[in-house]
Amino acid sequence: MAGPVVEALHLTKHFPVRGGFLARETAVVRAVDEVSFSIEPGRTLGLVGESGCGKTTTAKLVLLLEQPTAGMIRFEGRDLQTLDRTMLHGYRRSVQAVFQDPFASLNPRMRVDQIIAEPLVTHERLGSGEVAKRVARLLELVGLPDRSADLFPHEFSGGQRQRIAIARSLALSPKLVVLDEPVSALDVSIRAQILNLLRDLQAQLGLSYLFIAHDLAAVAHMSHTIAVMYLGRIVEIGDAATVAATPKHPYTQALFSAALPSHPGEKREEIILAGEVPSPLAPPAGCRFHPRCPHAMERCGREEPTLLREAGRLVACHLYEGVIPARS
Amino acid sequence: MKLLELRHLSTHYVSARGARVTRAVDDVSLTVGEGETLGIVGESGSGKTTLALSLLRLLPPAARIVSGEIWFEGEDLLTKSHREMRRVRGKRIAMILQDPLASLNPLFTVGDQVAEPLRVHEGASRGSAWARARELLRAVRIAAPETRVREYPHQLSGGMRQRIVGAIAISCGPRLLIADEPTTSLDLTIQAQYLQLLRDLQRDRGLSMIFITHNLGIVARMCDHVAVMYAGRLVEAGPVARIFSSAAHPYTQALLESIPRMADGRKRLTAIDGQPPDPVALPPGCAFHPRCPKVLDRCRKEAPPEVRVAASHTSRCWLAS
Repeated sequence: MAGPVVEALHLTKHFPVRGGFLARETAVVRAVDEVSFSIEPGRTLGLVGESGCGKTTTAKLVLLLEQPTAGMIRFEGRDLQTLDRTMLHGYRRSVQAVFQDPFASLNPRMRVDQIIAEPLVTHERLGSGEVAKRVARLLELVGLPDRSADLFPHEFSGGQRQRIAIARSLALSPKLVVLDEPVSALDVSIRAQILNLLRDLQAQLGLSYLFIAHDLAAVAHMSHTIAVMYLGRIVEIGDAATVAATPKHPYTQALFSAALPSHPGEKREEIILAGEVPSPLAPPAGCRFHPRCPHAMERCGREEPTLLREAGRLVACHLYEGVIPARS
Repeated sequence: MKLLELRHLSTHYVSARGARVTRAVDDVSLTVGEGETLGIVGESGSGKTTLALSLLRLLPPAARIVSGEIWFEGEDLLTKSHREMRRVRGKRIAMILQDPLASLNPLFTVGDQVAEPLRVHEGASRGSAWARARELLRAVRIAAPETRVREYPHQLSGGMRQRIVGAIAISCGPRLLIADEPTTSLDLTIQAQYLQLLRDLQRDRGLSMIFITHNLGIVARMCDHVAVMYAGRLVEAGPVARIFSSAAHPYTQALLESIPRMADGRKRLTAIDGQPPDPVALPPGCAFHPRCPKVLDRCRKEAPPEVRVAASHTSRCWLAS
């Protein structure tokens, strides 16, 4: 298939803040603001940014756990708003998730085969023999022994639990899997196992991933495309190797320079940003990054930059707009 | 000059009836020099936090220091009474923990909490302790310290809270600062700010530091020496640059290879098979042998001794001896 699996167009989510008399709406949190991206079959989009930048809300919108305030999500070219109930059901089967903490995401009272079979039982009418066969195949796929099926989650280590969560996410043969910090709760020596497994599964099953993590090296390692978010907006998006090697947006530059070195001899420019991320309740006017930006100009406080093509990726920054457009 | 020297320290956890013994820290020897930073790396259950708590003698009741010596500024801390230890903690050795919300008392103002060690250890009056607290907040780069001293922890951001914890730690001019995963709860750009702050404080005040972490990147950025722990044992120790370029222990080598690097693109990672052992039921011989790619017959039976590989570089591996 040629087109993207999932496409977000000007996706926006505002959360109202209520308070005062009769719980009137007093403010809005602009968690996700005009975010656009697309994920092709068999490819990985890495989403990075600090807490509060909107990456988890974006994942929830893609998983239909939140309704967008504006904008749309297209699944295989069709706007989700226009789909009827059966087609939405199909979308939910095609988009699955693996979460950060495998100690919280698996029901401690269910056996592993029940956990993995639950999506099958909910979505497909299968005989018990057929379900057992599918569970056995899924366990094999994620590298767990057959006998795991009869055990409870507490009998497994963190890495093995994450394998169980991955097996469950694959039960319905999804097209896209949302991976929200899938390795950050795991021991360092286990992370490489799980990252390799995810890569193997992608190659074997042609899966697409939306990969969210704060470990930038892991994101660069896993992704084909990287999108950097700051206060609800994408500030830079492009080919993963290009963005990681030569970040253009001042925020991306600071973020990648803050990533820890893999070797003590690794020399690089250290950009230490002043201050902290402002509250999304009252984002700064103009470019949302300008109060912390080392290159801020007078114009940045007035006009919000848009994503424009620069050196093979899209960047939202006035630094790269060579010609200032005439003002109307 | 050595500020701290551990000699063959062992800390065990003993179950209620003494039936089960967990060797959380097993025969660990290491030193920290004046103004130096030592990184202690290990996975969960490797004993790195128990090691730090042993230094301060803040262990839970089930834990016992069964042997060894802890020499700090020429005194063995293990021979001190509880009363004497209280004059060491917070005054000569300070500690920063992972979660600043758990370290700070929600019911007291920032000023009270930063002033408390000064009043306890130095008998400062309330007024002078508060004046010093404002200076300390300035030293940890908190904007508008005059108003912040009157605020409560919930009014501050995570990065600011951790800086307050840092201000409390340096308040009495300690010689040694132990930081246990101090930036794990912080965002990347805030982590960079905090690490920079710790480095500046260290330089200005001549502090020695112990960084306890699972993150080799922090070691690469912050430390002079590194000690790698696995299943309660110190498996390798040496200068950071040397360990990163020519690690002698297969566990250290594997750990360094398993980490994704920014420049490697989408190259496949070298994973370590298996999982860290259960500290209650360690495998015989070398605890790493079931996962080791270079395992020998001998490793399954006998635990390897600590071997000097080069100047100040040691490894516990049969291959190195």
